[in-house]
Amino acid sequence: MVLLTLLAAVTIGIIRARSLFAVVVLIGAYSFLMASAMIVLDAVDVAMTEASVGAGISTVLVLGTLYLTKVHEAPPRYTALLPLFVAIGTGAVLVYGISGLPEFGAAHTPVNTHVGMSYMDRSVPETGIPNVVTSVLASYRGFDTLGETAVIFTAGIGVLMLLKRFKAKD
Amino acid sequence: MTLAAEIIANYNYWITIFLMVAGLYIVVSRTNLVKTLVGLSLFQTSVYLLFLSPGKILGGTPPIVAEGFTVYSNPLPHVLILTAIVVGVATLALGLALVVRINETFGTIEEDEIIDRLERE
Amino acid sequence: MRLDVLLRVASKLFLPFILMFALYVQFHGDYGPGGGFQAGVIVAAAVVLYAIIFGLDEAHKVVPSAVVEAMVPLGVLIFAGVGVVNMIGGDNFLNYTHLAHDQIHGQEWGVFLVEFGVLVTVSGTMVAIFYAFAGRGKA
Repeated sequence: MVLLTLLAAVTIGIIRARSLFAVVVLIGAYSFLMASAMIVLDAVDVAMTEASVGAGISTVLVLGTLYLTKVHEAPPRYTALLPLFVAIGTGAVLVYGISGLPEFGAAHTPVNTHVGMSYMDRSVPETGIPNVVTSVLASYRGFDTLGETAVIFTAGIGVLMLLKRFKAKD
Repeated sequence: MTLAAEIIANYNYWITIFLMVAGLYIVVSRTNLVKTLVGLSLFQTSVYLLFLSPGKILGGTPPIVAEGFTVYSNPLPHVLILTAIVVGVATLALGLALVVRINETFGTIEEDEIIDRLERE
Repeated sequence: MRLDVLLRVASKLFLPFILMFALYVQFHGDYGPGGGFQAGVIVAAAVVLYAIIFGLDEAHKVVPSAVVEAMVPLGVLIFAGVGVVNMIGGDNFLNYTHLAHDQIHGQEWGVFLVEFGVLVTVSGTMVAIFYAFAGRGKA
């Protein structure tokens, strides 16, 4: 619970910070806090991915962008009342929607009883892999992982097309 | 339950809503393009929390089959969120590359100044 | 004495351990947390650390741009290639049953090759994106 409060505090810092270097540092702190919260929620694979990707690669990418552009955010031209109302209105709708979710940690909800838990029983006899997340990712839902790899490939090609300087041929 | 007890029991969801609203506010109200992308990634991470919270079972362990444990947390949300995290960083990389090119073309990364410059042409 | 000697010595000590940890995460993804994505990002982080401390030219000598750009589609090719091999063996796409002599070993080979393909693509893409961002400022 302390972790989640720290997350909220870091988010307020990201909103209010005007120097983009401070925002980069706060992104790193936010990623690590999110990874710790995910470990508390028993999602160890996801926590490792979030820590390495969020705190490692995201920070490097934003720093690279700041190296090529400006470092300070200009002060706002008009006060942001309408966005604040939009945000609070969306928050109210979200409270109404999320209140329909079952209570935290229950074992007999529809999420936790059908296909998801059947993977735990089927994984070792059918594939011989104890880490159920890896076996679902690579074997039971391998087609999704192919699509994800294609997305990474497309993003890499896109960035190379936008940013690579080719030597001019004489 | 009393209101205080109910808030503490569902604290995950309150923080998730707060993070989502904060991310949305940053995207809608800030004019600096880099800050907008940061807000978008903030919004995405709050959605990861929203997905993982119902998958946890109190008293369970991470979903790796081992001796002596019988109650495991649900592995299916973990798989979906793993894909989502990597897709999120790919989107961030492309967005930042676009910001760099916009900066080289217009000389600025503030939306107001870019719109002024476009209207003048 | 230059100010960055401490950083250079420390990172030279760390880099082998970072790469070893990435390989550990990759190959033990079956028995503990880990897998292709995490390992690919850790390898990319090691290369980025080397480039930041020792300069972009040194990094280009160790990991050339052409190798990195060839790695990006190679991983997707390995992944799809495993699928096509399955189809040649008589099963559906990405059904690993006939890759080896029985089903359990076929699944293990399939997962191993697929995770290796993911490692190659993810690390190649992250390093290529870093080279693109860092190389833009010089000209």
